Amino acid sequence: MPSDPPLTSDPTPAPGAASLLEVTGLSSYYGPVRAIQQIDLRVSAGELVAIVGGNGAGKTTLLHALSGLQSASAGQIRFDGQDITRWSPHRIVAAGICQVLEGRQVFAPLSVADNLRLGAYRQHGDPVWLRETQEWVYTLFPILAERRRQPAGTLSGGQQQMLAIGRALLGRPRLLLLDEPSMGLAPLLVEEIFRVIVELNGRGVTILLVEQNARAALAIAGRGYILETGRIAKTAPAAELLADDDVRRAYLGY
Amino acid sequence: MPELLLQFLVTGITVGSLYALVGLGFALIYNASDVVNFAQGEFVMLGAMTAIALLNAGMPLLLAAIIATSLTVLVGLLLERFAIEPAAGASVVTTIIITIGAAIFLRGVALLLWGKDFHALPPFSGEAPIRLGGATVLPQSLWVLGVTVALVLLVRVFLNRTLLGKALLACSFNRTAAQAVGINVKAMLRLAYGLSAGLGALAGILIAPITFSSYEAGVMLGLKGFSAAIVGGIGNPMGAVAGGLLLGVLEALGAGLVSSGYKDAIAFLFVLMVLFFEPTGLFGHKAAERV
Repeated sequence: MPSDPPLTSDPTPAPGAASLLEVTGLSSYYGPVRAIQQIDLRVSAGELVAIVGGNGAGKTTLLHALSGLQSASAGQIRFDGQDITRWSPHRIVAAGICQVLEGRQVFAPLSVADNLRLGAYRQHGDPVWLRETQEWVYTLFPILAERRRQPAGTLSGGQQQMLAIGRALLGRPRLLLLDEPSMGLAPLLVEEIFRVIVELNGRGVTILLVEQNARAALAIAGRGYILETGRIAKTAPAAELLADDDVRRAYLGY
Repeated sequence: MPELLLQFLVTGITVGSLYALVGLGFALIYNASDVVNFAQGEFVMLGAMTAIALLNAGMPLLLAAIIATSLTVLVGLLLERFAIEPAAGASVVTTIIITIGAAIFLRGVALLLWGKDFHALPPFSGEAPIRLGGATVLPQSLWVLGVTVALVLLVRVFLNRTLLGKALLACSFNRTAAQAVGINVKAMLRLAYGLSAGLGALAGILIAPITFSSYEAGVMLGLKGFSAAIVGGIGNPMGAVAGGLLLGVLEALGAGLVSSGYKDAIAFLFVLMVLFFEPTGLFGHKAAERV
């Protein structure tokens, strides 16, 4: 492994440090439907937190509310001490919240390299960091380096997921939001993606992971939230949730 | 006969360049926002009419052209800010009606300012025709051609080589993802309107010495530019350029060989045929996409 560029400027947080992300009483509508209501959530710097729940539980709406793609109707989102509830998406990205969208959503006709470059759209004036981070993403996902000139739309689903993660990493995330990274991928690829997520977290990237694949997500997360019909039904250390009978019956299928 | 055909070709390419620039404007705005801007022809008219007015007020041609283009860009930005942006999220039909309304409004303003008379700019570099094979070329045609080539190349380089241009394209490929990487989609929309208005104004100024301009000159130009854009595959900037040239040449051939009365009919018949056999346009996206 070559030496890695620092992804975040955060020092390692002292135990009990203030939360990086603090959400209180957050509600948001999807059309006339209240997709999420009264969500309380916090993520400290360096954590890997999982949000699990079934289809339509409001997981994506929650992430979109955090990244500004969806407006909040009530409640507050604080990031690094600032109230970002009403900020526009590009400002939130500039502040360091980068989202990997559900279903990859790469810029299909643009090349892999261009997709990555656009990930750093808000990173002005640090060409050394940009080049090092690009190289780092290519070592993280060697297949992307091989295909850097190819249109992103010609990549396989798993490769597109890698590109989507790489693109978000180039946004210099202080908090990385991952929306269903395992969706539609073969088990081997899911393993590969989750291995990378753990590796990223190990290097200090704070991650909020949303997954339907509850078992895989809780297996790598430190803490977890169970989202049920738009509300937080339960929150606990991930290991406890994995052992919880209700959770096992509802989400783990055994 | 070959000389005649060459002559039609020259005329066609000149007019086609104009359609190409207008079509390029359509494509840029459609790319950034899925809006079909039917006020695109009015940008052409405004550019030409403003330049003529400034010239008549005693300004040198170059300065008049620069100011007229800048003013038209401003109109484009105002249109986006006060007519398009408030309607964000509206249906395609609604936004089309808004742009048609804006076009009628701009036409009305032009009528009040400049009356119903036809106006023209003097040719940029004389009227002595140049012999080319058996055809004669007006020096102004060379201006039209040269500036069009330069503008199209500039737009191409901008879209394919600069980060800002790629961001503009990214908005068209996937708006949610564009927002997610931190692209300010609203700013991109303004950029697209400004660019389109500027291209339209320049087209108007270039052609004003050849075809006279009046307050309603934008109507037919807008339709032809739109046709160019859909023939080329709407949302494909370089397709719109090719579509414009093709349309111009066909029109000139039709006017010359059949009758000039059928010129517009031939152009629109061609558009209908293209849509009938290639609904996505001749150069439309058939991108390979895996999900």
